[in-house]
Amino acid sequence: MFSEWAAWAIIALPLAAFAINAFIVRPLGAPAARLAGYVTVTALAVTLVLSVLALMAVQDAHGTAGYEPHLWFAVGPFDMTIGIFLDPLTAIMLIVVSSISLLVQVYSLGYMRREPAHGGHAAEERAVHAGAAHAHDAHGHGGDAPVGDGVSREHPYADYPRYFAYMGLFTASMLGLVLSSNLIQLFIFWELVGLSSYLLIGFYHWRPSAAAAAKKAFIVTRIGDFGFLLALLYIFSHRAELMAAGLNPFDIRDLHQAAPLLGPGVVTWIALGLFAGAVGKSAQFPLHTWLPDAMEGPTPVSSLIHAATMVAAGVFLMARMFPLFEESATALNLIALTGGFTALFATSMGLVVHDIKRVLAFSTVSQLGYMMLAVGVGAPVIAMFHLFNHAFFKCLLFLGSGSVHHSVHTFDMRKMGGLKRWMPVTYVTVLIGAISLAGIFPLAGFWSKDEILVAAWEGDTVGRLVFLFGIGAAFMTAFYSFRMIYLTFHGEFRGGIDAVPMAERIPDEAHHAVHRHESPRVMTTPMVVLAGAAVLSGIVANAPFDLGIVPAHWFAHFLEEEAPHFNWPIAIVSTLVALGGIGLATLMYRTNAISAEGMALTLKPFHVLLSRRYYMDELYEGLIVRRVLYRGVFQAADWIDRHIVDGTVDLAGWLGRNTGRAMAQVQTGQVQLYGVGIALGVVVILLVLLTQGGG
Amino acid sequence: MLERLLILSAIVFCIGMYGVLSRRNIIAMLMSIELMFNAVNIALVAISRYVTPAAVRAAGPTEANAASVLTGQTLAAFVIVVAAAEVALGLALLITLVRQRDTVDITQVNLLRR
Repeated sequence: MFSEWAAWAIIALPLAAFAINAFIVRPLGAPAARLAGYVTVTALAVTLVLSVLALMAVQDAHGTAGYEPHLWFAVGPFDMTIGIFLDPLTAIMLIVVSSISLLVQVYSLGYMRREPAHGGHAAEERAVHAGAAHAHDAHGHGGDAPVGDGVSREHPYADYPRYFAYMGLFTASMLGLVLSSNLIQLFIFWELVGLSSYLLIGFYHWRPSAAAAAKKAFIVTRIGDFGFLLALLYIFSHRAELMAAGLNPFDIRDLHQAAPLLGPGVVTWIALGLFAGAVGKSAQFPLHTWLPDAMEGPTPVSSLIHAATMVAAGVFLMARMFPLFEESATALNLIALTGGFTALFATSMGLVVHDIKRVLAFSTVSQLGYMMLAVGVGAPVIAMFHLFNHAFFKCLLFLGSGSVHHSVHTFDMRKMGGLKRWMPVTYVTVLIGAISLAGIFPLAGFWSKDEILVAAWEGDTVGRLVFLFGIGAAFMTAFYSFRMIYLTFHGEFRGGIDAVPMAERIPDEAHHAVHRHESPRVMTTPMVVLAGAAVLSGIVANAPFDLGIVPAHWFAHFLEEEAPHFNWPIAIVSTLVALGGIGLATLMYRTNAISAEGMALTLKPFHVLLSRRYYMDELYEGLIVRRVLYRGVFQAADWIDRHIVDGTVDLAGWLGRNTGRAMAQVQTGQVQLYGVGIALGVVVILLVLLTQGGG
Repeated sequence: MLERLLILSAIVFCIGMYGVLSRRNIIAMLMSIELMFNAVNIALVAISRYVTPAAVRAAGPTEANAASVLTGQTLAAFVIVVAAAEVALGLALLITLVRQRDTVDITQVNLLRR
């Protein structure tokens, strides 16, 4: 039996790493900065061991390891509890989060190490590539760069304490989220995930674009979180029905049984509120705009956000609360449609972007769309299976893009090409990730994507519709995956950062130059491990037949679901579609049989629409924020504040001042006048007494 | 008899009040205040005489009833004492005023206005 203390330790260890890095390592300054990485890696290694133990314990217990929730506080008859909810779903998520996070931290040990800005071979290469005048410029830039953390920017480990502290917090928040037994507790960790992603996206906070992206991620996800909060309040407003049945209104296990008590209407609203939260967190249409911009953070952060921590939270919430969603056909249909539409919509934008990380970002949005689609057609286990597989290959792809950046110092694919010559490990691992993303047999992506399509096909009308969305998205996914591979690794090298004019470079990176070498082993090792997982996770975890040590359909049975059956026609269709996408990419970007520029010109309006991302950012910022909110709501509020609120306050002051001024006229300082007043007053009192017959 | 005395008292009081309210000279005002005090004294004595029973009045005050019979007169004597003190204080203030500001005009004394 896995003790509850061990479960709490899973949350506490990364949190301790955060505290140690933030409050001990960072104040020590440069000499200790390097320790920060080891602190977080050690903590996460132990966390991973504990997670594996938790998985085994759940496997042995054939279901939930039940821990009694603890009382946090009581309001009248309502008990607010916190606790650990460890069931197969949580166990799977623990493995995903802690393993991905550990690999990302190890990779970060190499990636976050700064290269010296001056001297050494960097300066020599710069002199060769950019000429002496530019070298002088770069010198100026290096000197002007803001000094972060009180550690010299030239120090190779200057970023370590802050980075690894945030990473510890991020991982701890996500682990806390999946272990929560209570919806309020889950919401707290949910918001902590949002906070730490804000801190990490804005890690290079001295770059205006990074600060803006962090703010955007925080605000856009907050819009969804508002729906989540409303759902919580709505549940609380119905607490009487639940408490009468002996259920705790916020306990997740109790809520699983709550649907019949609440009735379909109430359940639909709760489900829609929770879904709004998931739409924000998992970057679904129409709140997807933050994710492509979240690229501003360090690449390993993107990797973690896209694979295991931030965006997975939304899908996890859907799967976690699925017994509630199941009761509302309306909510499920909406989820399926949103997911299917997002899958198609996001992939189409991925076709035209030039930034390798943005290609991956749009693919994440669309893969999350697949997961939502699976939840919507009533197959949360398949959604979790896809999340599990996606985590490995998407993390791998991002680490690969970081590795590429390590060499060429740009993310612009137009400046890459031919990298496979000096980055063989990166090339092979990213290729495996791309094939997996494209969904080609027998890699991980194939198994789960195929099961999603089968589940959609077997659904009702909505299922058939989203099946078509899914097939369309599969074609485009395969296309842009290989477009990325060809542009990055094949053909002629197009100069990397050396081809970027000084004026267009980010100041921090202005002094960098291309190094034609493979990334250090600390970076490639996690990628090789992930490549292995990307090949095997699909087939091993949920094999259609017995594999000896792993029984057939282990994943599905572990999550207590009947095994999905393999559907040959759909598997063949989806594979053909994916191969078609790869073929088209090969024709356009490898053999140049079809000119990509010519295609862009022919379909110019469509190309522009995609490059501008359907004008969604313009819609939000230009129309909603500037016009509706700024010119409409905020200016109206401003007018009310200036004229009505301020006017009332001013009136109160004006009344006091002018009443006083009028009354002051009476006070002349002439004692005889006062005497007259007193005398007249006495006369009046006397008259009143006499006429009223008093006294 | 009482009625006439009270009318006399009222007339004297009003003359005094008129003087207080209308004269600018502070000395004249103090004199007018004296008139008002004396009007009150007349009223006090008259009412005291009126409320004392005829028998007691004829027999004159004794050791036993002196306190009740002579109440009005005693009060009038107190008023005279207070009036004397008031005049002493008023004149002292007036002298200080004259030294400071060289005036006895009440309309010039409006320091509280500022």
